[in-house]
Amino acid sequence: MRFLPKTLALVSALACAGLAQAADIKIGVAEALTGGAAQYGVSIRNGFQLAAEEINAKGGINGNKIQLVIEDEQGKKEEGINVFKKLIFQDKVLMVFGPTLSNSMFAAGPVANAAKTVVFGTSNTANGITDIGPYVFRNSVMESDVLPVTVATATKHYKLKKVAVIYGNDDAFTKSGYDVFKKVLEDQKLPVTTTETYVKGDVDFKAQLTKIKASNPDAVVCSCLAEEAANIMLQARGLGLKVPFIGGNGFNSPKLFEISKLAGEGTFVGSPWSNTNPAPVNKAFVAAYEKKFGGEPNQFAAQGYDALYIAAAALKDVKLTGDINADREALKNALPKATISGVTGPFKFRPAVTKNGKPGGWDADQKPFIYLVKGGKFTLYDAK
Amino acid sequence: MLEQQLLNALTLGSVYALFALGFTLVFGVLAVINLSHGAVFMVGSYVALALITHLQASLWVAMLGAMLASGIVGLLVDMLILKPLRARNAPHLIPMIATIGVGIMLTSAAQGLFGAEVLRFPEETLPAGEFVIGDVHVRALEIAIVAIAFLLMAVLFVALKRTQLGRALRAIAESPKAAWLLGINVEGLFHITSFAAAALGGIAGVLIGLNFNAITPFMGQPMLHKGIAVIILGGMGDIRGALIGGLFLGFAEVISKAYLSSQMGDAVAFGLLFLILLVRPSGLFGRKLERKA
Repeated sequence: MRFLPKTLALVSALACAGLAQAADIKIGVAEALTGGAAQYGVSIRNGFQLAAEEINAKGGINGNKIQLVIEDEQGKKEEGINVFKKLIFQDKVLMVFGPTLSNSMFAAGPVANAAKTVVFGTSNTANGITDIGPYVFRNSVMESDVLPVTVATATKHYKLKKVAVIYGNDDAFTKSGYDVFKKVLEDQKLPVTTTETYVKGDVDFKAQLTKIKASNPDAVVCSCLAEEAANIMLQARGLGLKVPFIGGNGFNSPKLFEISKLAGEGTFVGSPWSNTNPAPVNKAFVAAYEKKFGGEPNQFAAQGYDALYIAAAALKDVKLTGDINADREALKNALPKATISGVTGPFKFRPAVTKNGKPGGWDADQKPFIYLVKGGKFTLYDAK
Repeated sequence: MLEQQLLNALTLGSVYALFALGFTLVFGVLAVINLSHGAVFMVGSYVALALITHLQASLWVAMLGAMLASGIVGLLVDMLILKPLRARNAPHLIPMIATIGVGIMLTSAAQGLFGAEVLRFPEETLPAGEFVIGDVHVRALEIAIVAIAFLLMAVLFVALKRTQLGRALRAIAESPKAAWLLGINVEGLFHITSFAAAALGGIAGVLIGLNFNAITPFMGQPMLHKGIAVIILGGMGDIRGALIGGLFLGFAEVISKAYLSSQMGDAVAFGLLFLILLVRPSGLFGRKLERKA
């Protein structure tokens, strides 16, 4: 058995050589693939898979192929922490994408930040995500970026003098959307005739809408989920309330107009992504996505797709050494400088403004798309 | 605005009343708080939806089908669950707990079969038509809901007061044992009551599904809470109570949303409920507690 050490040495030397020549870049993807948040998580994963395939088909990054390590974090905080620990310490990935929900990011993000590993959220819009630390990045455009543009555009288009507001007050998403709307309306000095609320599961909005109608607004600002919004629109028209709606992020679902049909005509909505964006990169993305997955992409798939291209842009400038800690640090330093012109438009990072003044992570610096609803369809608004 | 709000309240109140009708009937006759009534109500709207979308049935056929299907569910609940419990002389909390289980089973089954997302009746099946009087908008559907609710309540009321069947049911409500000694087929009437009550719940489900056009596996739960409030307010087991209680709750909710704040709807409605019960502990039409109907 004397030859064994030699053979081992030879084998390991070969293995090392192999690594140095064309190593796979292992990137962790932790998304909710089962459970309630799976409708977002699966789209995001699809976006990543499509982008990785394209990048690898073109020869990878500086000759290195991207290898995605995909894990299901089930949209749960505990599972998010478990999956992050597995990806970072066991699989030794270079960086982690995800998790799907903001709540999970608040739980799992600190794990990555403490391990000095880049964590990159594509769908975490809550305030304070990038307060977690300097290793936290996101390309998810927040409502506080989108809504001021939506409201200003609608005000100009309809020459609005006063608006009424309706929102769901027992849902974190619609409530935080309302808080942003409230601030935006104050900032833009648009008077509010009345503010009405409902709770989850409500199907009868007629009392609130009758009151709104009596207050005689020029438009109704609605921080609602698509299902509720559709019913609100239908019932508003039934009561003879004919003014247009201005919607929050909850309106960003094709379902809205499947249900409400033409009741939503004239609605203004802002979104980080538009499938009608005529940029060639977006058209190619929509076509490739439909071919691979047999369905239309949504905003979440688009943001996942762009996120991998952003990381790839940064990795081009990083000289990988094979020392995982050094490589992780190098990526963290290169990422803020990455810019792309992606399917969600031109993208760059901006440093997060943290509450406590400590160094924070990096937020998206991007303009939203504004839609006007025409013929029961989202159409890109052309401010002419 | 007031006229429109009163109309909104009338529709909502009629829906509550219709739901509470079956609920109170079962309590009056079987002395069971049937907590699966919310799920039976949900079953009704799904059956109607399935008939319309898969078999292209007309709305009227779908309504009858929904009544029949939910009636059968109610009948099965009585035969398979409540009857064995009666035979074993179970304490009266036990049937109530058992019906919670039935509710969960039905809800999960609907979720498995139809998914958790909101489903709707195809637009062309909805009765179109709208009347505008001054500033008040009324849809034909809303008129139909109020009319059907009042019609069914009148039929039930007359049936209980004027027919032989009604007399037998009232006898059972008084005392099942005494009724049995008098030669009344108590078990048979329990089955009939369960069937009728569930059928009423089923048609309420269809009407609400039509009115708000949102069918989900969980739609019965909030209705169940309101239903309990309505029958407590009206007096447990009393038909007129279900009507008045339902309308009261509808008006209290709508008026407080209209003139106070939309956050206060439930708070005011249930606050008033509490005050009324302080004055009349057995509800508006409730009699002394030792009598059940």
